[in-house]
This record gives sequence, structure tokens and C-alpha cells, in this order.
Amino acid sequence: MTPIINFADKYQQSMMQVLSQPWPWWAAGIVIGLTVPALLILGNKHFGLSANLRHACAACLPANIQFFKYDWKKEIWNFFFVGGIIAGAYIASTVLANPEPVQVAPGLAAELQGYGITDFSGMAPAQLVSWESLFTLRGFIMMVVGGLLVGFGSRYAGGCTSGHAIMGLSDLQFPSLIATCCFMVGGFIMANLILPHIMAL
Amino acid sequence: MSEVKTFQTPAVPDPILAGPTDFEVRSIDTMCVNESQLKHPWWYNFKYSLVGIFFGIAFVKAEIISWFRIQEMFRLQSFHMYGVIGTGVVLGIISVWLIKKFKVRTIYGESIEFHPKRFSRGQIYGGLLFGFGWAMTGACPGPLFAQIGTGAFVIGVTLLSAIAGTWIYGYFRPRLPH
Repeated sequence: MTPIINFADKYQQSMMQVLSQPWPWWAAGIVIGLTVPALLILGNKHFGLSANLRHACAACLPANIQFFKYDWKKEIWNFFFVGGIIAGAYIASTVLANPEPVQVAPGLAAELQGYGITDFSGMAPAQLVSWESLFTLRGFIMMVVGGLLVGFGSRYAGGCTSGHAIMGLSDLQFPSLIATCCFMVGGFIMANLILPHIMAL
Repeated sequence: MSEVKTFQTPAVPDPILAGPTDFEVRSIDTMCVNESQLKHPWWYNFKYSLVGIFFGIAFVKAEIISWFRIQEMFRLQSFHMYGVIGTGVVLGIISVWLIKKFKVRTIYGESIEFHPKRFSRGQIYGGLLFGFGWAMTGACPGPLFAQIGTGAFVIGVTLLSAIAGTWIYGYFRPRLPH
């Protein structure tokens, strides 16, 4: 083996190591921030993911509700975008998988252990988010009721974290700032005041 | 450069009451919808999938889809999520400013449009409800899709639930304060 090939191999190995480790916040922030101009320049599209939930309703169960009576096929680009996200997530969790367990802040880990949540191996605690948990009261509230609130609230607010907090704030839209602040206030109330009671169930 | 037709947003206060066009219905309660006059084959949409792939990798690799990172954010136990969103917003603001300043066009030569958003009380009520759901599930809609991509198929239940929540909103929309 020549030294040049050896160098290339080493470079590739270290590159994969860098990519496989959890990325720092700024790296993800750059990719997310650049998604905004990428979608605009590729086709005048405004970044917003919760719209897909509505398009799914319009496509599958419009039920003669005015809010869902529109030509969802004109928004099909967003389904392709989501398809890419799912594919990217698959790549990241297979080819670029991080072999180390997820790091959890000591304060949070201690609090969770008080609720019998000790498995920190996945992206979410298996004792809360899993098929077994789904059929417990605690799991049902967190996954099903939580999901309902995400879908209802994001549409009521006119967008979710991507549409308001990223796209809306990028365009300096004051209503998006209001929505983003309310997202955070709601999250703080739930995580600190209500969720502890749900997790204690 | 040849003249490019662009779609003008109609100035109708609430399309639901005014006898709406398709474009108007689609534009309610959502990020602004820009309609292109171009006719492209369906597979042209794969360019958006490519953007999605980079986005999905970043979501997973920076653990934005992690329930733990979201809990830490709402408990002020970690700077991570604030750094991610902050960097994204700063870059987004600079990008949108540059696009507006230099009147950047799309790769097909159409002008890029922005529409001012109107304030609605929904942004407060809906925003708070969304925040509750965000902290419970540890995921907003983007991470829901990404989590399914990592093989956490049980999140499909949460996603279906979110679609149901959107449907319930559509059903009760005329009776809700806005």
C-alpha cells in the first residue's frame, strides 16, 4: 500500500468518526438555517413541517370540512421533503450511527430515576416511549394525548417550530415571535409543572 | 430575462366566509403558500427530498429528535437546543435578508415571495397547546418524522395522533376564537 492511499484511508476513517459522533449545536444550526434559503431558491417554498399533517387530512379524510377542501397535490413538494427527512434519519441512525449511549444531563437523569425511568440508551426513554408503554396510562397520555396537542396546537397557531420559530423568525414576522414565545411558555409549564405528575403515574 | 408570471395573494380577510378559491383555503393558518405557474414533472420534487436528507441527518446527529434534549431545554439544563435554534434563526435571518436585498430568484427564474403574517389569538392559544404537546412527546412535527426514520415505529402512533389533532382543529375551527 502506498502512503498516499494510506493517507486517504485514514482521512476517510477520521471523517466518519467526526460524522458519527453527536454533532455540536452549531453544526445542526447551520444545516437547519440553510434549509430556509435552500427551499426558497429551489422553488419559492416556505419551510414548514406541520403543514404536512394538514395535507394528510386533506388527502385522506377531508370529510367535507372546508379547512381540508383544497388541492393538496399542489403541496406535494412538502411530502417529498418529509420523505427526505425520513431517509436522512435512516442514514444517520445506520451508516453514521453513534456507538456511544446518549448523554443525559445529571439533573434530568436524577429526576427521571425518581419516576423509575432508568433506560437512557435510545433517543427517548424506552419506559415512556415504546409499544409496552403505549398501553399504560402514562405512556398513552404522553404519546397519544401529546400527539393530539402537537397537531391541534400547531395548526391553531398557524405553524410549528419550523414554520414559526425558524421560517417566521427568519422573515422577522412579529406573529411568529408571539407563537414561538408561547411554544416555549407552554413547554416550560408542561415540563416543570404538569409532566412530573404524569410521569409519576 | 423573459417576464415571469407570479401569483398575487388575494386580499380576502377570511376566505372561509368569502367563498374561497383553492389557493385561499390552502393559505389559511399556515406558512405562506407560494404557487408556481411552472409545470414540472412530478420527479422534479426529489430536489426537496435532497434538502430533507441533509436536514434529517442533522436532526438525528445533533440529537434534536431526542426526548432528553427537549426536556433539558425546558428545564434549562442544557444550552444545546438554544444553540441549535439560535444558529438556525440567525442564519435564516441573514439568508432571507440577502434574498430580499438582492432580489434573488429561484433556480427557475421566478421571484421569491414573502407575505406578512397577520396576528391571530390562535398564535397564543395554539402556541401554548403546542408547547404542552412538545414537552410531552419531546418532539415537534419534524422530529416525529425523523424518529420514525430511525426505526422508532411506535412514534407512528404519535404522528397519527398529531394528524388526528389537526383534523379536530379543522373540524372545530369555525367555533374557535381567532
